[in-house]
Amino acid sequence: MTDLEELAAEALAAIERSGDEMSLETLRVHYLGRKGLLTAHLKNLGSLPAEQRPAAGQKINLAKSRLREAIETRRQTLERESLDARLQAEKIDVTLPGRRRAGGGLHPVTITLDRITRIFRAAGYEVAEGPEIEDEYHNFEALNIPLNHPARAMHDTFYVEPGTVLRTHTSPVQVHVMEQGEPPFRMICPGRVYRCDSDLTHTPMFHQVEGLLVDLEVSMSDMKGAIVSFLRAFFEEELEVRFRPSYFPFTEPSAEVDMSCVSCGGKGCRICGRTGWLEVMGCGLVHPRVLEMSKVDTNVYNGFAFGLGVERLAMLRYQVGDLRMYFENDVRFLRQFN
Amino acid sequence: MIFSESWLREWVNPPLGSAELAERLTMAGLEVGGYASVAASFSGVIVAEVVAVDTHPVAESLRVCQVDDGVSRHNVVCGAPNVTAGMKASYAIAGARFQLANGAGDREIGVSDIRGVKSVGMLCSAAELGMEETSTGLLELPADAPVGLDIRNYLALEDTSFELDLTPNRGDCLGMLGLARDVGAMLRLDVAAPPASEPAVAISDEFPIRISASKECPRYLGRIIRGIDLEAKTPLWMQEKLRRGGLRCIDPVVDVTNFVLLELGQPLHAFDFGKLQRYIDVRLAHPGEKLTLLDGKELELSPDTLVIADDGGAVAMAGIMGGMNTAVSEQTIDVFLECASFASFAIAGRGRAAGLQTDASQRYERGVDYLLQRRAMARATELLLQIGGGKAGPVTEALGEAPEIRKVNLRMASIGRVLGVEISRAEVVDILNRLGFTLTEQSSDVISVEVPSFRYDVAIEADLLEELARIHGYDKLPLTMGLNRREMGRAPEREISLGRIRGHLVALGYQEVVNYSFIEPGLAASFSDEDAAVVQLQNPISRDMSVMRDSLMPGLVQTLQYNLNRQQENLRLFETGLAFGREANGFRQEPMLAGLITGGKEGNNWSNAGEKADFFDAKGDLESLFGLGGRVCGLRFSAAARPGLHPGQCARILFDDELAGYIGALHPGLQRELELPAAFLFELRLDALCRQQVPVAAEPSRFPEVSRDLAIVISEKFEASEILETVREAAGPLLTGLRVLDVYRGGAVPADSKSIALGLTWQHPSRTLGDVEIDQVINSTIKALQERFNASLRN
Repeated sequence: MTDLEELAAEALAAIERSGDEMSLETLRVHYLGRKGLLTAHLKNLGSLPAEQRPAAGQKINLAKSRLREAIETRRQTLERESLDARLQAEKIDVTLPGRRRAGGGLHPVTITLDRITRIFRAAGYEVAEGPEIEDEYHNFEALNIPLNHPARAMHDTFYVEPGTVLRTHTSPVQVHVMEQGEPPFRMICPGRVYRCDSDLTHTPMFHQVEGLLVDLEVSMSDMKGAIVSFLRAFFEEELEVRFRPSYFPFTEPSAEVDMSCVSCGGKGCRICGRTGWLEVMGCGLVHPRVLEMSKVDTNVYNGFAFGLGVERLAMLRYQVGDLRMYFENDVRFLRQFN
Repeated sequence: MIFSESWLREWVNPPLGSAELAERLTMAGLEVGGYASVAASFSGVIVAEVVAVDTHPVAESLRVCQVDDGVSRHNVVCGAPNVTAGMKASYAIAGARFQLANGAGDREIGVSDIRGVKSVGMLCSAAELGMEETSTGLLELPADAPVGLDIRNYLALEDTSFELDLTPNRGDCLGMLGLARDVGAMLRLDVAAPPASEPAVAISDEFPIRISASKECPRYLGRIIRGIDLEAKTPLWMQEKLRRGGLRCIDPVVDVTNFVLLELGQPLHAFDFGKLQRYIDVRLAHPGEKLTLLDGKELELSPDTLVIADDGGAVAMAGIMGGMNTAVSEQTIDVFLECASFASFAIAGRGRAAGLQTDASQRYERGVDYLLQRRAMARATELLLQIGGGKAGPVTEALGEAPEIRKVNLRMASIGRVLGVEISRAEVVDILNRLGFTLTEQSSDVISVEVPSFRYDVAIEADLLEELARIHGYDKLPLTMGLNRREMGRAPEREISLGRIRGHLVALGYQEVVNYSFIEPGLAASFSDEDAAVVQLQNPISRDMSVMRDSLMPGLVQTLQYNLNRQQENLRLFETGLAFGREANGFRQEPMLAGLITGGKEGNNWSNAGEKADFFDAKGDLESLFGLGGRVCGLRFSAAARPGLHPGQCARILFDDELAGYIGALHPGLQRELELPAAFLFELRLDALCRQQVPVAAEPSRFPEVSRDLAIVISEKFEASEILETVREAAGPLLTGLRVLDVYRGGAVPADSKSIALGLTWQHPSRTLGDVEIDQVINSTIKALQERFNASLRN
């Protein structure tokens, strides 16, 4: 029987020495396989006298199960060690920057236009667009600005050919919409406009949003309400807003809209010229002649219109100092809005 | 218009300070652009007499003066060229204080040593007193100025100059008369005009006046005044009013006409009577008629120019500027004074066309009260006789067509409906009266008024409502939100919003830019067909901005250049906007989207640095964009050529078989010329991109997909698109996926061929596909490729 004990001791030592799962499996086959050494002992039981067999069998089985256990324990150890080694090898520098697209951005004029549009859309205004090369009728006459009207001096107009201009405001879009549709109207017209003027505070192209509301019984108070609520929504501040009488040929009564300076809160600073007020837009009740020219029945309908400069609002909102930056397209300037 | 506050207060004296007055004017629609004291802030400056003037012992340009301040005499060194013995001047005594302009404290005048001579106090110029921007000498005071009197009292310097930025409809406020009327109305104060008297007619001489253009000239008054002394001094009070109104003193005739202009808003013109021939005719210019104006400019008059003519031809551009030949000069003894009403339509635009804007044209363009001329003529004559002496003849008046008197009805109900506020009848009537409207009829519902002759801007009810709102106060109108009677707006699903397209490009790494719509013609031409009908501006700002872009590509290239100069080398840019051109019946104004990429591939980083973006990066972005609408399948590319792009790397973009745009590499020639790196551009019609399919959902198949790869060798002359098309046709209707796995050249592949590996996937909606049927399909696909392209299987 010492044979068996020696064999078991030898096997246990070999299992402990084995370095990987493959050699462990070889050992298992060598000792416990069908033709294994321990299995051979079991087969030899038959040569023993019958009374010795049970005790001998028990011993062999005990040795087998000890070996099996040892193999399993060793396997688990080896598995753990190899996983540890793999984990060690797969370590990465998690502080290296991630791989990503740089991401682009929208132009501040677009961002501002989008915000203006979203605010008015939520109030039921539709968005209309129109041509930028416009005939003088739609740009001037239909807006009650006849030839030689002094107001035409306020519009330094680019001409494409006699009678055809680059629109000086987006108001002609109103006219197109009114000519083509039926009241009530509730719309804004955003877009590029052009004036033949270029200096520190003027660029020959800029963006405007013109608004028009035509309905039954529209009053100046409704206009004030709409504009004040827009400005407060846009600047996300309970701004003071004041309306001053002014003159536009296409509205009567007309008003210039000032809001309390966003920079100093109305105390007076360089941005508001120490007045505490910033001129932000013009508005008025649509001149009856403008409505009549566009075939709107003024006995039934009236309305208000307003116009605002997009660059101007963007300048106030984002503290852009120089108007010309908008069109130089220096990506270092533009990326600040991303 | 600039006016002096104290002058206004002679007419109407509101119990308000300057700041409050400015605020009220602005809030009533007469915007105050600014206001400032008419002089600097100082003390200790008095009227003094220069008794004697001697040369300075050392300095040639300086004088040593003896100055009498009424108490004692002082030695004063003075550098002014106009200092003379016997003159009255303003004198800052020792101890006088001047506040510095920037608010940095004040400066005291004392006793000083000026190059070895003691000087006590200082003789002052108008600039030193803050009354003018610059001065060339001392402020000379009238001979009767009382020595010792504080100059602030003597010149009444406690006054403020207001600058009004008037809107073009309010010509009636371009004079103290109209301004005071409006202030009276806004503050409900009575207005008192200064006393005026009808001057005596001393001679009987008259000059014939004829109005040929009677619509253009409703009224023309003329009067001869003989023997005016042009050397006479304009009195100090008038000088100061003119100065504070922004006008310079010239001679009694100019000063008086300017004064009446500021006071009443009525322009007048004086001719040298000796130079007028036989009669005055107010008529339109003859074709080709010429006139040399007061400022020496010779003009050929357009036939719609209203002129004042005598027997020899035009002598003045009516309401704009007089002629040189009949101008009042030092030799003038007798003048012919003109005071006329010209219709605004006859004056408006004419001055501007000739590059002229005068105080007169500014008023006539906006409309001058056609009933004001007699009053203005009397006022001017009275003042002229007072100052320059002379004898006035009778007024000759010629009449043209008077403008129609307008009547306007105001429905009381309109006030609440249109303004959103109720104004009492009493207040309405009071406001209208104070503004000069005459009530002609009143019922409980309607007030009818006659529009005063000076309010050319009032013709309809809305105009009256504005007057009421303005005087009542815009700030007193409540804020209301009104009602929305519109139906709900549509949210069309077949259109992709521009916002979504922009957002997608931003996510792909593109920076939006906004370029001018007008560009440099040379650059524009590089991207246009030779016969392109571009739109040119007739009056561009500069040559660089003189044609309307017919493509957005050149603008992006310019932006690239601008940013490269600022070391920004990895760029992805896009812009949306109109492209312009001429078409048979008008103009092309087409919304476009254009993009540009240059530099490294998007996503370059530490693990794949240095790879350059190329054509397929741009193309991939485009495909991704079309993917937004679920419409990549409608998209086709085919080799093409387009100005500005590399002829071997340029494709036409077809969408639903329509030309949608182009994509390609920037032409190497242009690249060299503009010193640019490689760049890839695309441009397409926005409307193609904005179409979207409304999805129709189908149930996904529950049966397995079968995939096979196919590698073929094929001649270079065949394009991927035709190969894929052939495969798609041959691989049967169950093909659900087809991908290009790789394209390989060189090695065992013959020189003029390429190897393409394709991945094909099939799936049946209702059963599992068998190997046999897939083998059949693959074989027929191979056969089709062999027959059509002579392609062979790669070993």
